[in-house]
Amino acid sequence: MLSLMIVDDSNIIRRKIERCNDSDKFRVVAAAANGAEALELFKQTRPQVVTMDLTMPEMDGIACIQQLMAMDSGLRILVISALSDKATGIDALKKGARGFLCKPFTDDQLLEALTELTED
Amino acid sequence: MSQETLQVFIDGVVRYFHHTNDKDVKVGTPYLVENNNPAAYDVTGIIGISGPYRGCVYFTAPRILLKHLLLSIGELDTSNEHIFDLVGEVANTISGNARSRFGHEFMISVPVMIEGAPNQIHLPSQMRSYVIPVYWKAYHAAVVICLEQ
Repeated sequence: MLSLMIVDDSNIIRRKIERCNDSDKFRVVAAAANGAEALELFKQTRPQVVTMDLTMPEMDGIACIQQLMAMDSGLRILVISALSDKATGIDALKKGARGFLCKPFTDDQLLEALTELTED
Repeated sequence: MSQETLQVFIDGVVRYFHHTNDKDVKVGTPYLVENNNPAAYDVTGIIGISGPYRGCVYFTAPRILLKHLLLSIGELDTSNEHIFDLVGEVANTISGNARSRFGHEFMISVPVMIEGAPNQIHLPSQMRSYVIPVYWKAYHAAVVICLEQ
């Protein structure tokens, strides 16, 4: 079972992702509402997988990905964002994310994206 | 504002509701309003837009629609906190999805949520806004586009 941290400024999205992961594949170890909080929780919980929103207050997702990858280059990050342009997706992947899921998303799409992420 | 630009936001609204358990959403014909009389229901999520386009995009809905929408996405807690969260998330999703057409220079802010009368929404007086009516279940809501290029 892989440990998972959820990063999103929306509580209902955090809860939706948590509900989707009610399986034997992932165990949610932390949930953060912005990038700064995610960095603190990462140090405490050391998750293997992260779902990352991009548009957040205090520290956005792209800046957070850079800092997380500096701490753990093997971290698997799935960006989950409404920002649907190619340049944003490419930028996130260049910074170290391994997948991109566009909002809105279904439970099946999320599980498929997380499974792909962990099968690499 | 061109029909093509409006269609980007119409498609965003339809896409959002198609990802809920009650997919049967209808979008009415967009119409122009003066900004001194903005359209608004009980709760509104506003996204500021900057870059080549400037202004705002907001989603506004009655509280009862948002409660049902929460249930329709599987969220059983229909507290006020989640109602505000949802109205901001819908606005954020519709605006963010518009970048597939407008590109990464279409900069969007984090959502600001407000409750109450329409006069609490202050829009640039020299501009006019397009209202896109949204019909879902027995309820009416709207996406409002106030943009200049």
